[in-house]
Amino acid sequence: MTGLLAATFEPPSTKDFVFGCRFSLSIGSLDLCFNFIILLLTLTTLFVLAFFYFGLRKPKVVPGKWQLLTELGIGFVRENIATPMLGHEAAGFMPLLATFFFFILFANLFEVIPGFSLSPSSRLAFPFTLAMVSWFTYNGVGIKRHGFFGYLRNTCIIKAAPWWIRYPLLMPIEFISNIIVRPITLTVRLWANFLAGHFLLAIFFLGAWFFFQTGGIAYLPGIFSYGLGVVLVAFEIFVAALQAFIFAVLSASYIGQAMAEEH
Amino acid sequence: MLHLIGQAVDVGTGLQTIGKGLVIGLAAIGPGIGLGVLIGKSVEAMARQPEYANTVRTTMFIGIGLIEALALFGIAFSFII
Repeated sequence: MTGLLAATFEPPSTKDFVFGCRFSLSIGSLDLCFNFIILLLTLTTLFVLAFFYFGLRKPKVVPGKWQLLTELGIGFVRENIATPMLGHEAAGFMPLLATFFFFILFANLFEVIPGFSLSPSSRLAFPFTLAMVSWFTYNGVGIKRHGFFGYLRNTCIIKAAPWWIRYPLLMPIEFISNIIVRPITLTVRLWANFLAGHFLLAIFFLGAWFFFQTGGIAYLPGIFSYGLGVVLVAFEIFVAALQAFIFAVLSASYIGQAMAEEH
Repeated sequence: MLHLIGQAVDVGTGLQTIGKGLVIGLAAIGPGIGLGVLIGKSVEAMARQPEYANTVRTTMFIGIGLIEALALFGIAFSFII
């Protein structure tokens, strides 16, 4: 088979995620760099603003097309994310959760838009910033509700366990899993999904391009590779929506647990 | 025998490549079993109580998110080592 292959195949690597500065700005010792990822994030912000501005600019009793779409989205966040997790306190956290959902959804969808083909979620800093927003929110809400030590006691101590297993074993485990690991898993879940998704799409479309370049009998695996790539684009759209949903619903669940009275 | 292989290939990068592959493969085993159990039981619950299908589905997605993170740690660590 190798005798048939004309060009050399270069697999995608982590270098594909590194971009140079379009222009940079220095304020004192702070270097600000405007690269492709920041461009994508700016576009995402503009899309989210436009989505809500045009949807809710002049709200009517009988909604138009845009208003209907926006109301459907907000209704989805309220019925499926906020209310099941937070109950009657859902209304206060609706702005945060709706922002999480739509911002992450629009950012993720850049993965499959031709011309961009890269989600800002596939760089670690973007999901980490969002996870830190979630972390500060649920800890802040818990501390506000129970006081600092009351919140720590509420999250780290399980009253149902006997004392000799509650303090030496369960308390450190609960502290690590509830306070330290949660933002890391929120970050890695979003980031690694889109890192792996970009690799999958890149490997199948690069493979198709490579086989078509080679020509001859290699058209057959090329067509197979291209078809699988098209299916994976549909899968990535599903993953984009699912990850936005999971991020918002887990944030809501953490907030709900932080506010809960007892375990 | 081993020193001959050692002369033939660069053992350092070779072992590193094997390690990267092993990390992804081993990290997928546990979450694979977990996801199978979780989704199987959820489908069973939805079939038994169709009126609670929405609640079960939401809870299932939360569980998928929690389990999936373990497999994705494998992908992340395979790029670090």
